[in-house]
Amino acid sequence: MKNYAGREIPDILLEKGKMSPYNPLITNGLKKKESLSSAERQRQSRKIVDSLEKAVALSGLQNGMTISFHHHFRDGDYVVNYVIDRLAEMGFKHLRLAASSLTNIHAPLIRHIQNHVIDSIETSGLRGELAEAISKGLMDVPVTFRSHGGRAYAISSDQLHIDVAFLGAPSCDPFGNANGYSRDTEDTSACGSMGYARVDANYADKVIILTDHIVPYPNIPFGISQYQVDYIVEIPEIGDKNKIMSGATRYTNNPRDLLIAQKAVDVIAASGYFYDGFSLQTGSGGAALATTRFLREKMIARNIKANFALGGITGQIVKLHEEGLIKKLLDVQSFDLDAAESLKNNRFHQQIDANYYADPFSEGSVVNELDVVVLSALEVDTGFNVNVLTGSDGIIRGAIGGHQDTAAGAAFSIVVAPLTRGRNSSILNHVNTLTTPGDTVDVVVTDQGIAVNPLRPEIIERMKKAHIPLSTIEELKEKAEKIVGIAEALPFEDQIVGIVTYRDGSILDVIRKIRNDH
Amino acid sequence: MNRLRRTMLFVPGNSPGMIRDAHIYGSDSIMFDLEDSVALGEKDAARHLVYQALKTIDYGTIEKVVRVNPLNTVYGQDDIEAMVQAKVNVIRLPKTETPQDILDTEEIITSIEKKADMEIGSTKMMAAIESALGVVNAYSIAISSNRLVGIALGAEDYTASLKTTRSLDGVELFFARSQIVVAARAAGIDAIDTVFSNLNDMETFEKEIRLIKQLGFDGKSVINPRQIDVVHKIFAPTEKEIEKALRILSAMKEAEEKGSGVVNLDGKMIDKPVLLRAQRMIEMAVASGMYYPEDNEEE
Amino acid sequence: MDFLKKGLAGTLESGDIFIEIEKSELPGIHIDLQSKVKNQYGKQILLVITETLKEYGIDNVNVKAIDQGSLDCTIRARVTTAIYRGSGKNDYRWE
Repeated sequence: MKNYAGREIPDILLEKGKMSPYNPLITNGLKKKESLSSAERQRQSRKIVDSLEKAVALSGLQNGMTISFHHHFRDGDYVVNYVIDRLAEMGFKHLRLAASSLTNIHAPLIRHIQNHVIDSIETSGLRGELAEAISKGLMDVPVTFRSHGGRAYAISSDQLHIDVAFLGAPSCDPFGNANGYSRDTEDTSACGSMGYARVDANYADKVIILTDHIVPYPNIPFGISQYQVDYIVEIPEIGDKNKIMSGATRYTNNPRDLLIAQKAVDVIAASGYFYDGFSLQTGSGGAALATTRFLREKMIARNIKANFALGGITGQIVKLHEEGLIKKLLDVQSFDLDAAESLKNNRFHQQIDANYYADPFSEGSVVNELDVVVLSALEVDTGFNVNVLTGSDGIIRGAIGGHQDTAAGAAFSIVVAPLTRGRNSSILNHVNTLTTPGDTVDVVVTDQGIAVNPLRPEIIERMKKAHIPLSTIEELKEKAEKIVGIAEALPFEDQIVGIVTYRDGSILDVIRKIRNDH
Repeated sequence: MNRLRRTMLFVPGNSPGMIRDAHIYGSDSIMFDLEDSVALGEKDAARHLVYQALKTIDYGTIEKVVRVNPLNTVYGQDDIEAMVQAKVNVIRLPKTETPQDILDTEEIITSIEKKADMEIGSTKMMAAIESALGVVNAYSIAISSNRLVGIALGAEDYTASLKTTRSLDGVELFFARSQIVVAARAAGIDAIDTVFSNLNDMETFEKEIRLIKQLGFDGKSVINPRQIDVVHKIFAPTEKEIEKALRILSAMKEAEEKGSGVVNLDGKMIDKPVLLRAQRMIEMAVASGMYYPEDNEEE
Repeated sequence: MDFLKKGLAGTLESGDIFIEIEKSELPGIHIDLQSKVKNQYGKQILLVITETLKEYGIDNVNVKAIDQGSLDCTIRARVTTAIYRGSGKNDYRWE
């Protein structure tokens, strides 16, 4: 037959409907349909919806569905509260909230939980009033805690199915290319990398971008690409600039943190994993941050350069990168403005998503390529198990984050903690909540002693050779007890308020309700 | 082995948070302060607090020093009694001007040691010299009591008494520093330098430590744990110095084994002061983590 | 010892404990303790306060204690200081 363009197409090619003859009326969209300018077409983008309510209606959100958010705006986030306030007004009920993490600013969720707008929560962590209320039994359904890698895996394997993702973005063009900064304006509430949000964008059924900066197409580089985005809603403010990130993460002057950091660096230098071309991740806590600075001195002294740094990128790490001490940066989350600026300007500072970062079952997950990781802890026990979720009072006040993932993935994992905090010991017989299994923790460094996991006898040998004084973990526990005494058991009740999962989704531990007597 | 006193960490006496952790930073001594860092209305509270801390907290082998209030205040006597009873290692007397100040303090210490059934003389003393008169009397102060383990310069009051001010290079302290080192050396005790209070100016701090090390001081009072490592690094011997000291000591050992009283190294006779300095150098190297005797035992 | 006035000692700084002791009309030691570590160390803190008071033969008092993670030695020091301040005495017992 002849197609619309008048060309003869053999019938055999069209049999069984496998292929069809050219017809511009049917293959609409492939044909240049009108002569609008690029600017005109951007203005007419059908993805931009003039209200959140409209976008929600278009997304097909129903009661009982799962909605998701990212935590790149940290304590400055307006998006979670804004969206759930609107959903509550629209009469939605029984939603499952799957956020990459929740912080102090999300206390207003308490009301939505009480009103059954939100029935269950999936998150990496909880802090502030919301965390306290949940610890004291606010929710009927326990919160599911996942590590960053565990969440990425759960989403990509559809164990955690997201119906609608509401993703705040500091910049987005009219077709959905979104990022945590923009090359078109300095004025955004930059958050740098959008590594956690990218997983949601990849796998959610519908993706709604909320932004306060619609920038000209094409918004490159983009963290989230246009083909993943269904709707774009412009809102006045996605967050509080000053709380999304401060300038550079403040360098600690706390002498105890500095002491811990110095010891951690001595341990790294003696570990056998401090070689030219090694890789590292250090967190953003006071001691971990100081570790980066002391490590710099050691790297210069021994003429050692790192191949890459991963993580949670901070200004401290960026400084080493710009000095040529760390070749490449892989950034799932930028902790401060210096890190965000570097992501924007430095060619070898690469944004990665949470699957790329820490998916337990993906070959080449960056955590599995790490040599050294330095991690903080709230509690450690004599089995080297770590708790980063609940405080010494049993109340949730933390996040698993990448703790499990990096401890398991890195060749050498160091956990840093002060031996005591106020009257509480950091080293216990049993952690109150198990978040990172002890067999993935190689060394515990405190201000008053270092203990190597007996599972790593070769590390013990290397430390001895370097004259690093070691204690057993039991000795550290006793040392702390001698200072602070022995704590009474916390008044936990039977109700389970949290489920701590491991990277693969298996249940590691449960968090129980704490008696409410204040 | 003589005690090293490279760093003496000041700890305000009424601050429980700082008192409990004072020993973790690796200074050679801790100096709990009951004097200038404690408000007049809290002198009793600080005294009780340091007393209880000394009796309870395990500070390990670190030297425990307490700076008491001067005897001419209403607090001095109570301070001394409480601290001696709590078995402090060293009472540091501020504003020492004459040997009599030391003798008066010693008398009180002795009477408390007797009362408490302690060994007489077990509580040591240190004198801070903080005035022109004190500097002039440095030697007679330094030899006034067997309890004295060191004399220290207190520069703030001293510069005021000189009618001048502190400068970055410390030229106004030059005489006092030299006088105190010479007096201490002549008396066979330690010389400790004054504090450096600008924590943000590490550069000048390092310069000052190099200066006082060269002048002959044994160490320095520090006001923040961050200063400790800096002092220890500068006081640490070099690899070369350690190597030379080790050769001197092994020559000495050889001479001893031969029953010879004369120590020879590379054909040169080694004098006693050189031997002593070599020993001191190795002690310092061990303390600085630069030399590990157990590594070298096999030979 | 008798309390002539309220005896106050300590601060609200981290690691410290604020103690206020005054005479009570009722017999016995009555302690109002506020502490973030009450669940873990409440009994121990009350014990140290009570023991220290008893060492000085004090039993009819109201004690207000605001703890900021203090250690036992700090509690003893602050209670002792408050006792001397409240009783107006200074015949300290160092032993």
